[in-house]
Amino acid sequence: MSGPCTSKRFKTSDNIKHFLISNSVPIIFIGLSALAIPVSGFSAAYLIQEMLTRLARNSFLVLSLLIPIMAGMGLNFGMVLGAMAGQIGMILVTDWAVVGIPGLVLAAIISMPIAAVLGFVCGNVLNRAKGREMVTSYILGFFINGIYQFVVLYAIGIRGMIRIPFTGIDLKIPVTNPQLVLSRGYGIRNAINLTGLRHALDNAVQFDIPVGGASPFTINVPASTYLLIAAFCLFIVWFRRTKLGQDMRAIGQDMAAADSAGIAVERTRVIAIMTSTVLAAFGQIIFLQNIGTMNTYNSHDQTGMFSIAALLIGGATVSKASIANVFIGVSLFHLMFVVSPMAGKELIGQAQLGEYFRVFVSYGIIAVALVLHAWKRYQERERARRDLRGEA
Amino acid sequence: MGGHVRKFIENAGWPRIIIGLFLLSLYAAAPFVNVRVLTSLSDTLVRVGMNGVLVLAMVPMVQSGCGLNFGLPLGIIAGLLGATTSVQFEARGLAGFGFAILVAVPIAAALGFAYAQILNRVKGEEMMIATYVGFSSVAVMCMAWLLLPFDSPVMIWGYGGTGLRTTISTEGFWRHVLSDFAAFGLDGGAFYFPTGMFLFFFMMLFLVWAFFRTKTGTAITAVGSNPEFARASGIDVNRMRTISVMLSTVLGALGILVYDQSFGFIQLYMGPLYMAFPAVAAILLGGASVNKATMVNVVVGTFLFQGILTMTPSVINSLLQSDMSEVIRIIVSNGMILYALTRKTQVKR
Repeated sequence: MSGPCTSKRFKTSDNIKHFLISNSVPIIFIGLSALAIPVSGFSAAYLIQEMLTRLARNSFLVLSLLIPIMAGMGLNFGMVLGAMAGQIGMILVTDWAVVGIPGLVLAAIISMPIAAVLGFVCGNVLNRAKGREMVTSYILGFFINGIYQFVVLYAIGIRGMIRIPFTGIDLKIPVTNPQLVLSRGYGIRNAINLTGLRHALDNAVQFDIPVGGASPFTINVPASTYLLIAAFCLFIVWFRRTKLGQDMRAIGQDMAAADSAGIAVERTRVIAIMTSTVLAAFGQIIFLQNIGTMNTYNSHDQTGMFSIAALLIGGATVSKASIANVFIGVSLFHLMFVVSPMAGKELIGQAQLGEYFRVFVSYGIIAVALVLHAWKRYQERERARRDLRGEA
Repeated sequence: MGGHVRKFIENAGWPRIIIGLFLLSLYAAAPFVNVRVLTSLSDTLVRVGMNGVLVLAMVPMVQSGCGLNFGLPLGIIAGLLGATTSVQFEARGLAGFGFAILVAVPIAAALGFAYAQILNRVKGEEMMIATYVGFSSVAVMCMAWLLLPFDSPVMIWGYGGTGLRTTISTEGFWRHVLSDFAAFGLDGGAFYFPTGMFLFFFMMLFLVWAFFRTKTGTAITAVGSNPEFARASGIDVNRMRTISVMLSTVLGALGILVYDQSFGFIQLYMGPLYMAFPAVAAILLGGASVNKATMVNVVVGTFLFQGILTMTPSVINSLLQSDMSEVIRIIVSNGMILYALTRKTQVKR
């Protein structure tokens, strides 16, 4: 007797079709890149450098998405909460003028409790919205963004906006550096130069690879950042084998079964989101030290969207994601990101058009990936049903 | 007595009561900070009329179980195509507005049909996908606005001679054609009531209300309440969902036309990107849930939401000497959506 899941009964063509459908997203994007790279006219060395930089910059953020997926909670659009916590850490560290690696470590230490609290809130909210975690965490990101804006616009500064009556106490988080605070005395400026922190991690251990040829070029490898990312990957591999990791996988498989097996489902889900949020805060700190400047009011906006788009393009799904998906995804997404505006410009020849094309690529990628995933799941349900029933 | 109060609170829900009280206190505080209540009320009503049909566009999809229509920008795009086409052909007045509707509705129906085909394949994940379908369609249209062969001098950029402007005035075409129809003022112009716009809004409310009492409308509601049961009763689930999505998209197109004639400008490019969120927040504020919405929800929600948007900038800013309206808007609207998404609902599909 063959089990219900064997695919021997199917023809080869069906298996190929299945393979294509299950890997459709990376295949489409590999195809698009193959078309767009020659059109854009970038050199290979330049693209490799760009990819190395962007992998170092973004991988940590994208890796932070893996744990909630493992716990069956889908794509954690709420990772922007962590990004906001990371940014608050960066603002305070810049104000205190702590530079270099100690500055980054301090920023991480400050952002950790904030991210943990936000993650706790997020986890509990998502426990009330089982089955639609993604859209809920997405809206929660907007909601907490409102609170974040309130804090950075009105509650941080030399003086506070709100004074408690009769006490003379300002409600404020003190930040005194005039380069950070708006001239009115409270609120943080939109563009912040992270001078002392810029490339602090990237440049700790690094080396150059000279590339010869017609146009000499030096490829710089930020080895220290990669070491940290490698450590994170090892952490995830180890984490999967722990009791907690196994619990999460069980919950991801079947929440009801996990519950009857005695796993504290809701508590474990909260831990998954908290871990993800804290790691996203660290990820945002790594991201910002590489960029070197911070847009207080929109740096975090795109973090969630870009990280999720990257992970999906790497072939991850809402319910299954591996470390390989992260690196394939970040490479492919950012390859598109570098190449597409140039390709759009070369093809249609209007600068503004290239810009809109880039916007379209970012949104369209997530739409396509989400649709393909949901459609694939629909197909798989049909396939499973057919498998049980036999060839009709 | 206490029982009545408790029942009222149960029916209305705490967030709605808190926000209603907040709005009431804003109106009460208005005279003390030199904000005229009558003018504020008039501003609120104008904005209710402007946004009402966009909020109404949520109803069909909610009723059919497709969730909140975060893909509203798709309908808005159809409306904008109608608006720009009518300006291109220099159609003026009420006839011009009618022409814009005539162009917009078929486009909206076609886009809605395609959109429904996507949503029928992704059951259970409509809302997230709708959001990104909306976003991507706005981005596609950004490119299209640059490339489409419009050449009316009032619409294209002065230099270069191609590509539509980001905002186009409807002045001299059909600005205020609905709003000013049988409009009246009180107190020397401090209060203005856009009668025509409200007539149109109520007509739309009535049509949608009546539609949901027809056989098809009832079938759509059945699909939304219990798809398995609906299928067992011989209802074509996908067909009903398609109809509801098309209806939502068409209402979105009409909604933006009403909005534009009152606002006086057609906003292109990234303008429609986030337009779904206020509409979603408004209908939820009115008491709708993710899978049930009524006409009362539309009216009450639009009034509460637009009331807060009108009152916070004037009142709160006078009180605190600082512009906090944007932050309040973000927190209230997203808080409302969050509340609706986390409410305990019956078991889904």
